[in-house]
This record gives sequence, structure tokens and C-alpha cells, in this order.
Amino acid sequence: MSLSVNEGVDVKGLVDKVLEAYPEKSRKRRAKHLNVLEAEAKDCGVKSNIKSIPGVMTIRGCAYAGSKGVVWGPIKDMIHISHGPVGCGYYSWSGRRNYYVGDTGVDSWGTMHFTSDFQEKDIVFGGDKKLHKVIEEINELFPLVNGISIQSECPIGLIGDDIEAVARAKSEELGKPVVPVRCEGFRGVSQSLGHHIANDVIRDWIFEKTEPKEGFVSTPYDVTIIGDYNIGGDAWASRILLEEIGLRVIAQWSGDGTLAELENTPKAKVNLIHCYRSMNYIARHMEEKFGIPWMEYNFFGPSQIAESLRKIAALFDDTIKENAEKVIAKYQPMVDAVIAKFKPRLEGKKVMIYVGGLRPRHVVDAYHDLGMEIVGTGYEFAHNDDYQRTQHYVKEGTLIYDDVTAFELEKFVEVMRPDLVASGIKEKYVFQKMGLPFRQMHSWDYSGPYHGYDGFAIFARDMDLAINNPVWGIMKAPF
Amino acid sequence: MSHPVSQSADKVIDHFTLFRQPEYKELLERKKTEFEYGHSDEEVARVSAWTKTEEYKEKNFAREAVVINPTKACQPIGAMFAAQGFEGTLPFVHGSQGCVAYYRTHLTRHFKEPNSAVSSSMTEDAAVFGGLNNMIDGLANAYALYKPKMIAVLTTCMAEVIGDDLSGFINNAKNKESVPADFPVPFAHTPAFVGSHIVGYDNMIKGVLTHFWGTSENFDTPKNEKINLIPGFDGFAVGNNRELKRIAGLFGIDLTILSDVSDNFDTPADGEYRMYDGGTPLEATKEAVHAKATISMQEYCTPQSLQFIKEKGQQVAKYNYPMGVTGTDELLMKLAELSGKPVPAELKLERGRLVDAIADSHTHLHGKRFAVYGDPDFCLGMSKFLMELGAEPVHILSTSGSKKWEKQVQKVLDASPFGKSGKAYGGKDLWHLRSLLFTDKVDYIIGNSYGKYLERDTKIPLIRLTYPIFDRHHHHRYPTWGYQGALNVLVRILDRIFEDMDANTNIVGETDYSFDLVR
Repeated sequence: MSLSVNEGVDVKGLVDKVLEAYPEKSRKRRAKHLNVLEAEAKDCGVKSNIKSIPGVMTIRGCAYAGSKGVVWGPIKDMIHISHGPVGCGYYSWSGRRNYYVGDTGVDSWGTMHFTSDFQEKDIVFGGDKKLHKVIEEINELFPLVNGISIQSECPIGLIGDDIEAVARAKSEELGKPVVPVRCEGFRGVSQSLGHHIANDVIRDWIFEKTEPKEGFVSTPYDVTIIGDYNIGGDAWASRILLEEIGLRVIAQWSGDGTLAELENTPKAKVNLIHCYRSMNYIARHMEEKFGIPWMEYNFFGPSQIAESLRKIAALFDDTIKENAEKVIAKYQPMVDAVIAKFKPRLEGKKVMIYVGGLRPRHVVDAYHDLGMEIVGTGYEFAHNDDYQRTQHYVKEGTLIYDDVTAFELEKFVEVMRPDLVASGIKEKYVFQKMGLPFRQMHSWDYSGPYHGYDGFAIFARDMDLAINNPVWGIMKAPF
Repeated sequence: MSHPVSQSADKVIDHFTLFRQPEYKELLERKKTEFEYGHSDEEVARVSAWTKTEEYKEKNFAREAVVINPTKACQPIGAMFAAQGFEGTLPFVHGSQGCVAYYRTHLTRHFKEPNSAVSSSMTEDAAVFGGLNNMIDGLANAYALYKPKMIAVLTTCMAEVIGDDLSGFINNAKNKESVPADFPVPFAHTPAFVGSHIVGYDNMIKGVLTHFWGTSENFDTPKNEKINLIPGFDGFAVGNNRELKRIAGLFGIDLTILSDVSDNFDTPADGEYRMYDGGTPLEATKEAVHAKATISMQEYCTPQSLQFIKEKGQQVAKYNYPMGVTGTDELLMKLAELSGKPVPAELKLERGRLVDAIADSHTHLHGKRFAVYGDPDFCLGMSKFLMELGAEPVHILSTSGSKKWEKQVQKVLDASPFGKSGKAYGGKDLWHLRSLLFTDKVDYIIGNSYGKYLERDTKIPLIRLTYPIFDRHHHHRYPTWGYQGALNVLVRILDRIFEDMDANTNIVGETDYSFDLVR
């Protein structure tokens, strides 16, 4: 493969042309978020984590989505109250495919929607009283609930409710953690602040107020999986590899996770982080407070999986290191067969990626493993440190777009005509109608897992079935 | 912990089978027993059984505060849906930006179509100072980038709580030349803490009509022979609106559907992406004030709009998601009355074919007990149709349903011997329905995709006939209204009944004597 992409394409010219459509003030602001990667650049050359411009159709969500939808929602043995009007919880109900095992409605509540359903009187007179009652009713109807979180929607922070006081009172009364999360949707510029707030609440309301389980026996091989939301079973397909090399995964954050796993996490020897963007905060905190080191890893595609397994093993003794080699060798024939089967069908295909805060870089080498090229990538809610981490994955000439607008993405794709667009549900049908194969890279398009060796085979199959489906050949009527 | 590799390139296995392999089953068991610190299996089983009891139902129905699995969304999504049915219209949602991402996602997942709307992306500073600048910049950007013919402004609860004034803001933005002075920018305040998506729909229809028709009463507006129709919030709008247009065509009625999303939410795949397609022409919307009458297909989606239209001197007629033979009869007779034209012979023929189909299948429907949930109008229309088939609506539930609605349902039930076991539950949710299904069993559930959890828990088969339907494809492209639509609904119900029958009679040598070839 060559060391650069988009050769012979005037990508810079394309960016300029697309920017022309904006009113001047917005054009200047958007220009800072678009760039073409240069050789030897030290980062991607875009500004990030800045307010979206009104009226441009940003693809971003909000802090509530980052907290309830991403970080807290998957904790299966707690009930998460969408506190405020009915909509937020309704739209985010079962949307993210955070797989879990449990008896829903009895000891797990992941695919249910609990809300305080604010009415006008709650806005006028405040909702704290109602919140008390909501929590009491939940505890009575769902006695096996191990904890409750209060996920604030926009009005909560605007009407001056004291959800912390309610949480304190109710925690004591019920003898179970009740945690208030100030993730109102107007806070911050995207989902990202919601992740941060959710992390801080775990720090202040779980770590500070609870203890690891009595009788928990540590081993020298205890690790955690942090920042894996178990989309389509991703965390399980990762966990199996860590267990196979001889480690013990004492907690999953937060896909298929439990309150006990959060509480026991300070017992880990090392925290392994997959989604850096959404959970680096708590890892850094644990490093400071408990002296637990953390390490980022990448379980997308065999190149990165092998590298990550070796890096993880390097933190442990020789047995683990040997095990890692054995595991890599064990899966190699399957990986080779997958590549032999799918690479000839995918080699040289161009991909444009636009996802959230991790995958725009993390999936790049999985595509490379299949001989595919990334011609453009960008994040909804990355920060500067994410773009720094991106630069070594992508090649010179790659188009980088931060908080891309629907308008920009459509124009970029229209001109660059990649063979595959890898983005979200709001983008999917736009590009399919343009005749372009598409894969949803938040939900794995209802497939998955994509993590781990088992997941790579599914990833490869799915990219093939998207790109090589006959439907793209019958778009044009013959008359 | 070594195990063979289950995955293979020849036959790639994904989540459906991968996690049922022994190595993953063991992994999940280890996770559960060593790290989850959950409750014992016995305790879980005990509580699970308890949630199915009469005692639990009473506790569940005593709830006053928490709402669990409701059948309602918030106002803005309804307003957005209404706006998207007008020609070249871009909804502009004033408030926090995450809301818009949610509405677009929800509608996209149901219609399997792109859904375009913009946000004014208000953040903390706007919460303090108000969102005027967001409106000014936002309208300018939206207008420049997306070249709409109309921008319909609505609000999220954030903008409502801080009290932003849309009318003033829009005027201000026009003064700042965000959009041309004569560019249509209708608006609706759509607080999420009042009503639900059906109220938002009503507010936006009224907002658009107010923009084009003016605010003052005008009984003397000259009237023509045209008839307006407002479909309401309808997941089957693509099929239904087209069916209504076909029916109007057969009559020879000049029908204006006020908010017609059928083309916008069903664009072709031919290499070109159409951000806007079809919709009620703006000119026709303006002209619609001169129509002699307006029909609302969903009373609870249009109370304020109908009142407004009445004040313009039009006749109005309202229905409750009319389905089935008599539901369609009433609608067609109203169209005949208003237009002075007879019901076309072709429709009479269609009616006969529908009744024939019902007669052919009635034995499988008679006495079957149903739970029906969804929006208030859907519940009414569906229940009526079921009784016409000889089936019995038993639990009729709508979180958006009011006391008035409960009475209305009761009246419908009282009018038929097949309604004697029926009861309406307004303001209740799907967790209430779960209790009802366990304590007073039915044969089938009619609802939407969220009902799949009820089906899983109660093993009562679910028939998806209302928004949102995420996990079945394309049904919304077929009508549920008109005789043709009723036939579609009939077939959907029958298919589920027959599939269920086969599934319950297919154990070889044990139950398969009833596995009949002919049913």
C-alpha cells in the first residue's frame, strides 16, 4: 500500500469550495475544523471540542446522551431515571445495543425507559418532590435494584432543583447508592462533557461512598475493561482474549456492567481502556488516587489486536507474555483465512469514516488489514488529544473533518466517491440513495461484535456484504 | 482457559450464534458468579413470579410519579414531523442540539429514510443570555446551506424554560437579514413538558396555517370546492397519504393534504439524494384557507388546528384513525357529502372485496382477545376495526390518553357486544400493560416495536401496526386506511395468527395432529 491517499485529487480545493457555501462568519469558524493531512504533521491540524454552529445540521448529540446513553445506561443492575420531560428517555430507549445478560424488569433494566415525565407544574414548582416519589416507587416495584442514577435533562439545571439533596436522602433511606448526574443537554458542546460528568459522578458518588465488595480476593492478574459498551457483544469478544492470556477481568465499564464491578475496580492491577475519549477521566483519577496504571488498547483488526495483546502482556510476567503469543498464534489461521477470503474482494476500496470519539482512528487498521484505504475521517466530539492519537493511523492526504455538518459530509462524499461510508444512522440513507455502500459504525448496523478476533471476521464479512451487494448496480434505470 | 476457535472464515458467526458457543457461555457464567454480585437465581425467580401477580399489578397501578416504558414522545418530534410534510421545508429546532439528533434518529429508524432538521445549538451561555444570537446565525446558516423554501421553527424544553420568544426572535433575525423578509418562517412553541408528540403536531400545523392564513377570524373567506385533510402523526403516512390521494382521485375531489410526508419520507434510490421531496406545496397551503372543509383523520392530533380552521369559516370533520369497513364507510360518505359526488363504483367494489376477505377469515378472528396500545386515535380506530372482525379489544392503553379519551373508548366499546370485556387506560404505560397482560390474558397484542419486550415476557404474539416500527421493514409503505388499507391490516393480523398457530402445533408426534395444511 502506498504511504499517501487521495493522490491526484484536489482535496484542499474541495474543502475551499464547500466552505464557499457558508455565510462569512460561519465559513471562518468551520474552516478551522477541516484539513488535509500533511506529511510529517504533528497533529491533524483541526480545532476540536468547540461549540457547533447554529443551523448547520451538526451530527452531534448532548451531554445527557453522553451520560445516560453512553456511560451510565449500560450498568444493568441499576435503574437510570431520565429526569425531566418524557422525550430524552424515549428517544434513547434501547437505541445503542449495549448487550447484557439478565432478567429484564427483575434484576436488570437495560432495555427499559424510566422517566419522571415532567409536566408544566414540575417546571413551575420544581421536581424534587416528584423525584423522591419516583425513587420510592422504583424501589418498591423493583426491589432487586442495586442502585439508581438520576440523569438530568435540560430543565433540571434551569429550574434550580437540588437533585443532590434528594440523592443523599434517598441513598440513606434505601441503603443503596442513588447518584445524581448533572448531564443537562445544554452543558458543553457535545456528548463529550456528558462522559466527563458521568465519570466524575462515579468518582464522587461510587468510589467516595462505597467500598469494594467484602470477600473480594485479588490476584496479580486482575484487570478491567474500561470504555467498552458491549455493542453487539464487543466487550465479551474482548474479555475472552484477556482471559485466554491468563488475566482476570474484574470489571466491565460499562457494557454488561454492574454496580459491584464499578465498586471493585479500585482493586485492579491495571485499567485497560478501549474508548479513551469517554473514560480517560476515571482512569486518570484512579491512577492518581489508587496508583492504578492504565493503558489504551485497540481490539479492532488483527494487527492492532496482536500489538495490544503484546503491550498488555508486557505489563505482566513471562507466563502472560507466553500466553499472549500462544493466543495470537492460535487465532492466526482463522485470521489468515478471513483475510484470504475477503481481502481480494475489498482491496483498494476507499472508505470515509465519521463517527464519535474513538472509532475514527481505532478502526483504521482493521480496514488496512483488509487492504482498504481511508481517504477521510473525523470525529463528532473528539478533543485535541484524540486528533494527536489519530495522526499515526492515517496517511498523508487524508481529509480530516471535525464536527462535520451534513452539508459538508454530503459534498465531500459526492466528489470523493469513496467505495464505503462508515458513519451513523442519520447519515446512512443519504449515502445509500447516492448509490454508496454504507455501514453504521456506532451500532455495527445491528451486527457485531466487531472487537477481538471473533469480531474481525464479522467486520470483514460485513464490509464485504455492504460493498459487494448487487443493489448498487441496479440504481440506474435502463430507460 | 484454552478452547477451540469457533469463528471461521467459511461460515462467519455473529452475535446470534457466537455467544452460544461453549467458550462464551462459560465466560458469561464466570462473569456472573465471580464479579457481578447479583441476586441468587432463586431470588430472581421469586421476584420475577411476583411481578406477574395481581398483588404486583395493584402496586404497579398505584404509581403516581414514575413513568415506565410510555407510549408517548415529546412535542417537538410531532412538530418536526408535521413541518416535514410541507414543500421544501427545513425544521429549525430552537434549543439544545442533542434533541434534534434524537428526533432525526427516531424518525430515520422507522422510515428507513434520511431525516433533515437543524438545531440552533444553544449551550450554557444561551441558557443565561437567551438564544437570540443562535436564532440569527442559525437561520442565516440554514438558509445558505440547505436552500429551503420554508423554515419551520419549533422549540426544545430548554428554550421554553428560559422563555425565548420565537415571534420576536424571528422578526429580529429577519431584520438582521438572516433570511429575506418575505421568506416563510412559521413557528410553534412546543414545550416537551406539555402533552406529547401529538400536541406538537397540532401546534405546528396551526403554526403553519397561522403563518399563511393570518391570525384574525375570517368567516367570509371565499370558499371553493376543495377539501383539506390533515392526516395527523402517522407512522404509516407514506402508504396512507398516497391511498387518500388515490381515493380523492377516484372521487374527482381536489384534495389538499395539509402536511403530506409521503414523498419526503419515501424517496427513490437512483443515485441522487433528495433532501426535500414532495410535500404540500406552499402555494396550496396558502390557498387551503379557501377550501370548503377540512377533515382531520386524528382528532387528538388536531384540536387547536381544527378550532383555528373553523374560525376561518370552514366546515370541519374529525375522525379517530378510521380503519376497517365502517371506519372507511364513514370517511367516504363524508367525502361524498362534502363534495356532492357519489362514492365511486370502484371503491364500492373494493369494499365488497374487503368484506369478502373478512368473511373468508372470520372464523380465525371471532372471539380472539386483543390488547391495543399507541396514540389515542390509533387505539380508537384499531379497536373499532377489531370489533367489526368479531374480535375483542380487551386492554386499550395510551399514555397520551386523557379521561375524555377513556370515555370515548368506552362509548365505542359499549356500542358492540364484542366490546364487553374492553377497558381503556389513559395515561398508563407499557409497564402497566405488562401487569394487565399477566393478570388478564389476551391472545394478541397490537402496538409497535417497543411491544416486543411484552411479547418476550408474556409470550403473547405482537402485531406491529403503529409508530415506531424499528425491527420490521417497509410496512409503512403500505396503507392501513381505506378498504385497501384495511385489507393490509387484516392480512397482517391473520398472518400472525396463522404463524402462531403453526408454532404451537409443530412438535412431531405430540401436537402436530393440528399442524393442518389447510387453515
